[in-house]
Amino acid sequence: MPNFIMSYLGSTVTPGEAGNQFWALMYVLIIFAGVSVAVICMNWIERKALAHFQVRLGPMRVGPHGLLQPIADAIKLMIKEDIIPAEADQFVFWIAPMIGLLAAFTVYTVIPFGPSQAVSDMNIGILFMLGVSSLGVLGIVVAGWASNSHYPLIGALRSSAQMVSYEVAMGLAIVSAILMTSMNADGADGTLSMIGIVRAQQAQHVWFLFKFFPLGLIAFAIFAIAMVAETNRAPFDLAEAESELTAGFHTEYSGLRWSLFMLAEYAAMIAVSSIAVTLWLGGWMRPFPNFLHAPAWDFIFSLFPCLTFAGLAAIAFIGTARMPSHSFFKVQRIGLAVFSALLGFIALLLLVIAIAGRSADMSLAARFNEGIGYVYWFVLKVAVFMYLFIWYRATWPRYRFDQLMKIGWKVMLPISLGVLMLTAIVGVLVK
Amino acid sequence: MSDHNNDSENVVSLSHLDLETPEKPYLDSNELIINMGPQHPATHGVLRVILKLDGEKVLGTECVIGYLHRGVEKIAENRTYTMFNPYVDRMDYVAAVSNGLGYCEAVEKLLNVEAPARAKYIRVILTELNRIASHQLWLGTHALDIGAMTPLFYTFRDREEILKIFEKYCGARLTTHAFRIGGCQYETYAGFEKDVKNFLTFVKPKIDEYEALLTTNRIWLERTKNVGVISGADCIALGVTGPVLRASGVKWDLRKAQPYAAYSEFDFEIPTGENGDTYDRYMVRMIEMRQSLRIIEQAVNGIPEGPIMGKVPKVIKPPVGEIYHSIEAPKGELGYFIVSDGSTQPYRIRVRPPSFVNLQALDIMVRGMLVADVVAVIGTLDIVLGEVDR
Repeated sequence: MPNFIMSYLGSTVTPGEAGNQFWALMYVLIIFAGVSVAVICMNWIERKALAHFQVRLGPMRVGPHGLLQPIADAIKLMIKEDIIPAEADQFVFWIAPMIGLLAAFTVYTVIPFGPSQAVSDMNIGILFMLGVSSLGVLGIVVAGWASNSHYPLIGALRSSAQMVSYEVAMGLAIVSAILMTSMNADGADGTLSMIGIVRAQQAQHVWFLFKFFPLGLIAFAIFAIAMVAETNRAPFDLAEAESELTAGFHTEYSGLRWSLFMLAEYAAMIAVSSIAVTLWLGGWMRPFPNFLHAPAWDFIFSLFPCLTFAGLAAIAFIGTARMPSHSFFKVQRIGLAVFSALLGFIALLLLVIAIAGRSADMSLAARFNEGIGYVYWFVLKVAVFMYLFIWYRATWPRYRFDQLMKIGWKVMLPISLGVLMLTAIVGVLVK
Repeated sequence: MSDHNNDSENVVSLSHLDLETPEKPYLDSNELIINMGPQHPATHGVLRVILKLDGEKVLGTECVIGYLHRGVEKIAENRTYTMFNPYVDRMDYVAAVSNGLGYCEAVEKLLNVEAPARAKYIRVILTELNRIASHQLWLGTHALDIGAMTPLFYTFRDREEILKIFEKYCGARLTTHAFRIGGCQYETYAGFEKDVKNFLTFVKPKIDEYEALLTTNRIWLERTKNVGVISGADCIALGVTGPVLRASGVKWDLRKAQPYAAYSEFDFEIPTGENGDTYDRYMVRMIEMRQSLRIIEQAVNGIPEGPIMGKVPKVIKPPVGEIYHSIEAPKGELGYFIVSDGSTQPYRIRVRPPSFVNLQALDIMVRGMLVADVVAVIGTLDIVLGEVDR
């Protein structure tokens, strides 16, 4: 095996930092594939969860409990006719979804799934993230403009105004979290690096959510609201307000291009949730990494991924058992049983890894086990946010444009400014 | 009142809209003219609203109707009185029972016959059930327009129970043709009263459930308070009736004002609003649902025994004359003006549909508001295009 592949495996820094371009590329591919799969899963989960909020079943026909529905949708979207309106600006119309998608996915470069499980660790990580994610609005504006149609234009204008306004409050909330990174007992400086922010939370023995209670909580709440607005999701989904603007900025889009917008939207949702998790919820850290610090605890927490998959397998298995015995359901029954077996197999695999990687030495299995733990806790925390996105959508009506602006500038901005100043004052006093 | 009339005259005329598209590209002009509908998710059918916008602000609207015109009134002239009865169900198809009631009572008035007491009670029960169903459908779609998806499914789930009662009673769920001239065709089925009583206990907590999602919801309040305000005097000037009128503080309900069917025998209240905004209309309709439950409860407990069909000749040939009869449909005053030339077919039937008249208030309500308010106001007016266009 070439040296550049093997040499990285013992490293504890990101491939970008280690200068290992092969593994950086591998991580890019893994993250791209992982996020795409996550978007597909999210598609199914959103439809199912939303359906259950609304006393209906959701997709039930394609595969057992509609599990294959996202695949069917994807195939349908891909083979649809590619329509570009005659009056549209062809090139801009074509490139708009790409811009959105590119912005949404580039953010993942600096998202730390673990201390070394990231493509790169920039010392300006969070700034990079903010900068790139705000490019996403360009895709929307350009799409609305290029469509050369009224509804998309209004949707695009709404969207740009909304994203620009909420970015201000969002940025200030982030700054107050960054301020907190400088309050280390050992006098270490603050950092903008995503990995550094999580490490600071570990060093200070607190998630920034609970730091300087309630200041951290308020800053987090502002970010949590602003990120919903950033991603154009309910109750701030004015840009694509179905009842008002038919479909907003993507009214004229169909088929594959439309699905690229959807992919970008969901990727952006995952990205902003990741920022929230990294900044306020301890990133990849498992609960109580300092307090419950013993090999036995490490082992117990490393069983969680296995238990999660075992739980999912059990749910799928119960679903199989509860399926009507009519021969009509035979194929679905087998399918769900296979799915359940697959989940069970993953659970078993994770169990084996957890046991094999129990030792505290830096063997490959131990490192692998550790990595799975990091990614698991990170994804779990992000998943909570993703569920919240669905919950919001099921519960709340939509804000009106002027009300949205009013909240952004007159409520969120002053509060986030106040929190920032208070954080600074409290920080100086504590020091 | 006098200067008020002047105001409403200015507003009602539709000549304010200069719909000529400017020659220069729209990006350079301040005004944007966009079409909302006839195929649009929030226009409740095939209403087309031409909006003149300054950015998002509405400068003026013009409704273009007729996409669902089926010539119901002309059809009436070529049908006998009995044959025309099912057609009225197809006007306001979400409140078909009310339409049938209005028509049957109008023809009965023309014939100078009266339906027996039991028939009247059955009519009241079914009509009030239909009022609840209509309000539920309104609530679901209205909330959906404002962006809350979930109430739609809750209301449709509960509306289903009403439709089941209709189906059991007369075999149809939507266009029921429940009543006949002179009374009712069908005796209530075995277990009708039990079904209705079960429904009453079933739906009361459900209405609380809808309210839990919306009534105190901050976003809902912001989206509905002071949106689409119309004064009581404006309502009267435009002929607006029903919950829209009552929400503006005018206590006018034909069930109390000119009692028909058996309504004079029941104890119920007419809810009114104060501000005439979208929120008040919402509250008025929510309270109306509860009041309808009260009426149904009294009716189903006090339903008399007896015949269900009055003394109506086999061939209905009303004497020469004309009649106007109106009832309080879920959406407002539903009136039938029938001219009889003494033959078996009406000489002319003119329907006064509440949706058509209420729709006139759209412009005055949305002028100066934002695009998002237009869909909220269309929703709150509770129009059904089948009735607007006939």
